Amino acid sequence: MPVMQRTYQYEEFPYRPSREEQSGEIGHYPVVIVGAGPVGLTAANDLVYHGIPVVLIDEDNKVSLGSRAICFDKRALEIFDRLGVVEPMEAKGVTWNVGRVFHQEEEVYQFNLLPEEGHAHPAFINLQQYYLEEYLIRPLRDQPLADLRWLNRLEALEIHEDFVRLTVSTPQGTYQMDAEWLIAADGAHSTVRKLMGLDYKGRQFESKFLITDVVMQNEDFPTERWFWFDPPFNPGYSALLHKQADNVWRIDMQLPRDADEAEAQDPERVEQRIRRMLGDDVPFELEWISLYRFHSRRMDRFWHGRVFFVGDAAHIVSPFGARGANSGFQDVDNLIWKLKLVMQGQASPELLETFNQERTYAADENLFHTETSTEFISPKTSGQKTLRKAILDLAREYAFARPFINSGRLSKATIYPSSPLSTPDEDTFACQLAPGWPPADAPVTVGGQSSFLTQQVGGQFQGLLFLQKPEDLSAEQLADLKALAQKDVPIHTLLVVAQPTPLREYEGMPVLVDVQGLAWKRYDATPGTYYLLRPDQYICARWRTLDRNKVEAAQRHAGRLIV
Amino acid sequence: MAKLHLEPRIQNPDPLYKALAYLHTDLSAEESLVVNAKLLFLLINHIGDEAVVYEAIDLVRKDMDSSRVE
Repeated sequence: MPVMQRTYQYEEFPYRPSREEQSGEIGHYPVVIVGAGPVGLTAANDLVYHGIPVVLIDEDNKVSLGSRAICFDKRALEIFDRLGVVEPMEAKGVTWNVGRVFHQEEEVYQFNLLPEEGHAHPAFINLQQYYLEEYLIRPLRDQPLADLRWLNRLEALEIHEDFVRLTVSTPQGTYQMDAEWLIAADGAHSTVRKLMGLDYKGRQFESKFLITDVVMQNEDFPTERWFWFDPPFNPGYSALLHKQADNVWRIDMQLPRDADEAEAQDPERVEQRIRRMLGDDVPFELEWISLYRFHSRRMDRFWHGRVFFVGDAAHIVSPFGARGANSGFQDVDNLIWKLKLVMQGQASPELLETFNQERTYAADENLFHTETSTEFISPKTSGQKTLRKAILDLAREYAFARPFINSGRLSKATIYPSSPLSTPDEDTFACQLAPGWPPADAPVTVGGQSSFLTQQVGGQFQGLLFLQKPEDLSAEQLADLKALAQKDVPIHTLLVVAQPTPLREYEGMPVLVDVQGLAWKRYDATPGTYYLLRPDQYICARWRTLDRNKVEAAQRHAGRLIV
Repeated sequence: MAKLHLEPRIQNPDPLYKALAYLHTDLSAEESLVVNAKLLFLLINHIGDEAVVYEAIDLVRKDMDSSRVE
């Protein structure tokens, strides 16, 4: 039930008759995406990044309005950085790292999600979903590889062995096109999933949550995540406050299970509720009201022949922890490089099964965390309420109790401790990082310019060779690295050096100066240490010394390479 | 398994039981539940061995199930 969105002006994207409608012929495309939400748009940007043409259809002709996804995590920002779209997001978004937890009248404790320095991106930004979508659409509009089709609705699917035929309706009629690969990013009510008759198992939580956006100029609330258990303004239930761009604040309030939905969303009642929370002297305007009962579901498999499911179409969780959209971006990041290698005939289709394995594993982790959080936030029995009261009371004074408090386990990059793509360590490393982990970030300079390690790593197989100084590179190492860079599926290596140097490159390889020693520390590097990263930047293997045969074997394994 | 001690280990159970009982002297039913829960969390953190705690949880669940059947 939207009240009135005053802070955002949306554009209606034009419907243009497609090639198919003009010619009456069935078009053939390598990849079609259904759904131009945050995840579908990220997939389109990633395909363009990899030089693959993409058709994206959406039944609507504008960004998603209202209060939906708001928190975008560090890993999402790293992905957006690789895709070249992160700048406007971070410029417009509200950066935060700190969360506070309150119980009744008092603060229980606070936590910092990014307590260490030296990362390109914060733990989170808060940004309204419509801005995020706008910034993802912008680079696609004049992009010859991307064909955005607004007001194009999927009506039917014919699944063939080596392609999918889509029937699409538009304001002018219907047409058909064939896709070698179809990416379903069409949300929780996925049409693709329904047309394919695939189920979406899980459950719906009983608790109701009132989602409101208000506009207010208020310096008293810092840009932090504030969560209340049993606050005086919503006794017996919970509340969550987040700042977004344009002085829009998001307030989530838990309601009684038997709350009347229409009554709860009545703007006057909502206003009273929020006034109790903010106090009588804080002026605010209502911008959005909606009411949800959250779901917890996933498909059995995210890969079905020619069709991939990503984001909410594949899995849906309660919002505590911001694991919805963020996990969708990671689905995309995991999928596109694999699809590219298979499309180019360089990898076995078996590689696509690892998308299914890794991302269903991630979905299970997200389901576990969000279900556990939701149960903690909305205890059902009086015994459960008692347990929660006891631990909240103890947490105010005793640090041991705080890890039990669960107001949402906030989204991070998935770690795959037993990824089918990793090569187990044969050497000893003393850092937290391991094969199956996303890359650790660190500040570096390149030719005297400040940058970050994650910003220098691209979207292809990449090696990191740690040396004291570039000149330490031996003739043998150089020959190995040149051979690796000339493979059909190349491995380009970055030199991460401990000593300052003005060199941008050495023997054709970028030189990253580890200005604060954090890269060496976080990767537990010694001179000669070599890390192999997958195209999604995840670590797949590492050694204390460079051995070309081992690197090639690890890459073959990580890419299921057949060339 | 069987890390959870079920043989007697407390040297002087009477004063200990008495201290526990006294703790509940002036408490409402609800307060008593909270006090017990606080004790529970303090002690499980002290024990620190999650396997032992899970074993105890299993034991009381089975115990409850069988007492419901009777």
